[in-house]
Amino acid sequence: MKKNFYIFTNGILKRKDNTICFEPFINQETQKPSKLLEQTDLTNIPEEEFLIDNDEIEDEKENQNAKTRKFIPVESIDSIYCFGEHRFNTKFLNFLSQSQIPLHIFNYYGFYTGTFYPRETQVSGKLLIAQVQHFLDEEKRLTIAKEFIRGSLFNMIKNLQYYNNRQKDLSYFIDYLTNALKKVDEVKSVEELMGIEGSARKNYYESWHLIINQPIDFQKREKQPPSNPVNALISFGNSLLYTTVLGEIYRNQLNPTISYLHTPGERRFSLSLDIAEVFKPLIVDRIIFALLNKNIIKQDDFEFHLNSCLLNENGRKIFVKEYDEKLSTTIKHRKLNRSISYQTLIRYECYKLIKHLLDAEEYQSFKIWW
Amino acid sequence: MKITGTHINYYFHCKRHLWFFAHHILMEHTSELVAIGKFISESTYERKQHELHFVEEDFEFVLDFFDKNTNTIHEIKKTNKMEELHIWQLKFYIYRLKELGFHNVKGIIDYPKLKRLIKVELTEKDEEKLNEVIKEIHLLVNQKKPPKVIRKSYCRKCSYFELCYV
Ligand code: SF4
Repeated sequence: MKKNFYIFTNGILKRKDNTICFEPFINQETQKPSKLLEQTDLTNIPEEEFLIDNDEIEDEKENQNAKTRKFIPVESIDSIYCFGEHRFNTKFLNFLSQSQIPLHIFNYYGFYTGTFYPRETQVSGKLLIAQVQHFLDEEKRLTIAKEFIRGSLFNMIKNLQYYNNRQKDLSYFIDYLTNALKKVDEVKSVEELMGIEGSARKNYYESWHLIINQPIDFQKREKQPPSNPVNALISFGNSLLYTTVLGEIYRNQLNPTISYLHTPGERRFSLSLDIAEVFKPLIVDRIIFALLNKNIIKQDDFEFHLNSCLLNENGRKIFVKEYDEKLSTTIKHRKLNRSISYQTLIRYECYKLIKHLLDAEEYQSFKIWW
Repeated sequence: MKITGTHINYYFHCKRHLWFFAHHILMEHTSELVAIGKFISESTYERKQHELHFVEEDFEFVLDFFDKNTNTIHEIKKTNKMEELHIWQLKFYIYRLKELGFHNVKGIIDYPKLKRLIKVELTEKDEEKLNEVIKEIHLLVNQKKPPKVIRKSYCRKCSYFELCYV
């Protein structure tokens, strides 16, 4: 199984023969890696997976870093996430491209900056044409867009039902969303669909103050900038999910810029935004409920500014750890009779979409079945 | 489209597989089996540089090892589970070579792990059949939709398994 590597420590990423090597910056006075490293090292990488290189020291500066150098075999990497200050060169990027590893970058505040999206090695003209045709034909576009929304609403309802069983009356919200789900069938345009989705989502978020036990201020969803801790969690979680979906799209020959629910090219790779809708309730929202209700994340894991609130570095680490565990959670797939991870569920969403586009089988979005 | 030995192979194996392959719908997660297959063929004839690459207008094929003295094509395969496919692939090569003016070419399939050799020759009937197959491949690939899932037990080992069954 390939893994995602999340790097919070500041340092240099480079190619070393056929592996990727990470060298933390060393603080000259304390002889310790610079301050960020003192908190946690590379999240999610057990120590034994590293090899320490003793030879091939190129110059004096490298010599100082050699002790803390980490080697990551490329075959084990799914994607790399940079959360710190990192330096790398074109040789490194070429190597990533050759190894087909996407690199996702987040800035100092934890905002998603962008992805180094390696060149596609295999392109299917047939599939690209099908993708475009399904966009240009309004009816076909709407069919796919509706199915994304159905999945999204269905999975939101599942979340509410889960908490409704636990002495919280969420029936008002469940009814509202169920009603919205029914309305989807009748919708005549993508704009109308977005309208239904928008008000359903607003309602869904309103229910959160009943679900979340921590006395945390959350009234409504605000994106730019997030105005309170819950908004900060949603923003951060959604951007992680976006990158995961993007990675799966990359490996599946779908063109990430042609989308059906979101307007193509509106911002980012919009197909990734489309597919992410289906998985937000299962992945992002459930992480947020767990983090807050189990008091894993607390008030001091956030930074408050004049009119915005963000996760601080520690908060981001907590979230990323939880996120990675969530992605590797497994579930028995009924059709395939195999145990698969949540991340694989996302990959399968790409497969189903491919089959729909090729007219092989109608797309049925992922709906939580357990 | 140039027809290769792989097309012939997939034609006999699964027409849906052929369609995906021909339209470059490829699965990144290639199965272990393919990797081992490659390794065996690499190691057995590693130092013999007899690989021949033929590019024609409608065909393209690579012979791992062609012995000019005995006029024999050698193919190395891992297991004989797909023996029929291997035989047809080889017949296809002999058929192409014949068209290109190499007569009386024979073939040998070598299963080093099983210490087993199979001799292959091209009959007139085979030639007719291959002509048909090539026509059908073109028709199949031009179909708008992929052919149906075949639901065979070996689907589980196919690199398209998840795509087909999910
Ligand atoms: S999984 Fe089965 S049906 Fe699908 S391509 Fe492979 S062999 Fe054919």
